[in-house]
Amino acid sequence: MGILEVKDVNKRFGGLQALGDVNLSVAEGSVHAIIGPNGAGKSTLLNCLVGKLIPDTGSVMFAGQSVLGRKPHEINQLGISRVFQTPEIFADLTVMENVLIPCFAKRDGAFRLHAFETVANETEIGEQAEAMLADVNMLEKRDMVAASLSRGDKRRLEMAMSMVQQPKLLLLDEPTAGMARADTNNTIDLLRQIHNKRDITMCIIEHDMHVVFSLAQRITVLAQGTPLVEDTPENIKGHPKVREAYLGEAH
Amino acid sequence: MLGLSKKDTTFLLIVIFLTMATPILLQPFPEGSAMATFNAGYPDLMQRFAIFGIFAIGFNILFGLTGYLSFGHAAFLGVGSYSVVWMYKLLDYNVLPGLVLAIITSGIFALAIGYISLRRTGIYFSILTLAFAQMSFNLAYSVLTPLTNGETGLQVYTDDPQILMGENAPNVPHLFGLVMRDSYQLDLGGWLFTFNIGYYFCAVIAILAFYLSLRIFRSPFGMMLRAIKTNQTRLNYTGLNARPYTLAAFVISGMYAGLAGGLLAAMDPLAGAERMQWTASGEVILMTILGGAGTLMGPVLGAGFIKYFENIFSKINDTMLHGWFGWMPDGIEDAILFVSHFFVGKSWHLTLGLMFMLVVIFLPGGLVEGAQRIGRLFRRRGRKAGGPEAEAARQRNPGPAE
Ligand SMILES: Nc1ncnc2c1ncn2[C@@H]1O[C@H](COP(=O)(O)OP(=O)(O)O)[C@@H](O)[C@H]1O
Ligand SMILES: [Mg+2]
Repeated sequence: MGILEVKDVNKRFGGLQALGDVNLSVAEGSVHAIIGPNGAGKSTLLNCLVGKLIPDTGSVMFAGQSVLGRKPHEINQLGISRVFQTPEIFADLTVMENVLIPCFAKRDGAFRLHAFETVANETEIGEQAEAMLADVNMLEKRDMVAASLSRGDKRRLEMAMSMVQQPKLLLLDEPTAGMARADTNNTIDLLRQIHNKRDITMCIIEHDMHVVFSLAQRITVLAQGTPLVEDTPENIKGHPKVREAYLGEAH
Repeated sequence: MLGLSKKDTTFLLIVIFLTMATPILLQPFPEGSAMATFNAGYPDLMQRFAIFGIFAIGFNILFGLTGYLSFGHAAFLGVGSYSVVWMYKLLDYNVLPGLVLAIITSGIFALAIGYISLRRTGIYFSILTLAFAQMSFNLAYSVLTPLTNGETGLQVYTDDPQILMGENAPNVPHLFGLVMRDSYQLDLGGWLFTFNIGYYFCAVIAILAFYLSLRIFRSPFGMMLRAIKTNQTRLNYTGLNARPYTLAAFVISGMYAGLAGGLLAAMDPLAGAERMQWTASGEVILMTILGGAGTLMGPVLGAGFIKYFENIFSKINDTMLHGWFGWMPDGIEDAILFVSHFFVGKSWHLTLGLMFMLVVIFLPGGLVEGAQRIGRLFRRRGRKAGGPEAEAARQRNPGPAE
C-alpha cells in the first residue's frame, strides 16, 4: 500500500476524456514522477488529488483516508501540499509573510482567531520560516514584496511555502517550467536536499527528462489521460512504447 | 509596551496626543476673525470626528484587509443607536449598558448577515450586504415600528420605565454622572477652546478602537486577512479556511459600526432609521478609500476630512464670501462668488466629489499615500523626516517590527 492510492479515476470535460481509468500508487518516502505530453491530463490528475476537481468515478485514498469530497484546505491539513504550474503566491505580501502563513496553518489548523498575538513575537515560527528561506537561498529577499520577484524566485518561493509545512506528500506541477538551465539544476538540488533532509514523499509532474531522471525512483507515463507504463527510470528510458509515445516526440 | 513594537508604541502615543489635543489643534483661528468659520474645535463636530473615525477603522478591518467591500455597514450603525436609546428607556441615561448592548446586538446582526453574504465574493457580496441593509432600513420604518418608533425615531418619553433612574440622576446621557454635553471653556485672548466631556469620552473609546485595530494589523489573524485579499486560492491550498476568517473580520467590523452608532446616541439621545440608509454605508466607503484603505491612519483621516467638509464647507454662505472677497472690484467679486457657489454651501458635495476623484486618480493609496510621498520627498532632501509622515509611510508595508 502506497501513501497515495488512486483507483480507476475517470474525469470528463464535456466530450473530452481527460482521465481514463487512472491507477496510481505512490510509495511512502519515494519520489514519483508523472510524465507525458502536453494535454495528457497530468494537471487534471493533480487537481483531483487536492480537491480542486472531483473525479467522475474512482477513488483517491491518502494515508488510508479518502480525499474525495473534502475541501482543499482540509486536504492540505491531511498533509498534502501542492505547487502549481503557474506560481500561486501571496503577491502583495512580503516573501517572509508568504512563508509564515503556511507555518501558522500547520501549527494552528484551518482557522484560529489569533487576533491579539503579534506575528513578530512568534519566534519559533519565525525561525522555521527563516530556515526555509535560507534553504532556498532567498533569505536576503525576505522583506521584498512577492510580486516583485523574478519568475524563478516566485516558483522557489511557492516551493518553500509548500515544503515548510513538512507535508506527508508534496505535489509539484512542472516546478522547473520556464527556468534557465542553471536554475533548473538548482531546483533539482533543492528538491533532492529537501527530500533527503525532511523525508518528504514527492509526486512530481515534469516535462524536462533531465529533472525526472535525476530525481525520480518511479515514473508513470501518462498519455491521453491513461497511464501507459509505470516503472523505474532505467526501464522507462529503454521502453519502446515510451520512446514512441513520448520521448521520441519530445526530444 | 502593550504588546507593541517600539515604532508602534511611538505611533500610538502620537495618535493619543493628537486626539487629546484636538480641541486646541482644530481651533487655530481667533474667535470673530474672518477665518473662524474654518475652526472645527466645537464639541458636536469633534464628537463626529471620533465616532466616524471608529466607524471607518472598523470598516477598514474588513475592506482594507480582506478586500470584501460591504455596502451595508450602516445597518450596524443603526442597530447600535437603537440599542443605546432602548437602554435609556428601560434603565436610565447612563450610556455604558447601552454601548455594551450596541456592540453585542450589532455583533449578532453582523454574524447573521455575514454568514449569508460571505457565501459570495466580489460584487455579489457587496449587493447582498446592500440588500440586507436596505431591508433593515425598510423594516425599521414599517414592521419594526414598535422597536424603532418608525419615522419619528426612537427617543425617551417621560412614561418610559427607566427602572434604574435615581432621584438626582441627570436627565441627559451621562457616564456615572459625567454629563456628555457638559463642557469646559477656556478663553485665551481671543481664542476659545472647548473641552467637552462627550468628546473626550468618544476620544478614549476611539483610541482603544485604534489600539485594537493596530493589534489586529500586526497579528497572525490580520496577516491571514491580507492573504485573503491577495490570493484566496493559495490560502485554501495552504490549509486555511477563508470563510471563518472573513466572517470574523465581518463581525468585528460590524461591532465597530455598532459601537459608533451607539456613541451617536450617547451624544444625542435619539435614533432614526435614516442612519441605516445606503448613503451612510457609502459614506464610510468614501472615508476609507479617501484616507487610504488598508492603512492604519487612513480611515481616520478620511473620516475627519469628510466630516470637516460636510460641516464647514456647507456652512459657508454669501455673507461670508462677501466678507472675504468684498474688497475686490465688483465684477471680479461677482465672478468669484458665482464660481464659489458650485463648491461651498449646499454644493459642498461637489468639492468632496472632485477631491475624491483626484485622490483615486493620483493617489490610489489615499491621503496616507500623499503624506507618504511628502515624507519621502523630505527624506530625499536629506532632512530628517519624523512624526506622522514617517509612520504613515511604514504602514502600508509594515516591515518586521523590532
Ligand atoms: N477545467 C477544464 N475544462 C475543460 N477542459 C479542461 C479543463 N482542464 C483541463 N482540460 C483539458 O483536459 C486536457 C488535459 O489537461 P491538463 O491536465 O492540463 O494536461 P497536462 O497538464 O498534462 O498538460 C486538455 O485537453 C485540457 O484542455
Ligand atoms: Mg499541466
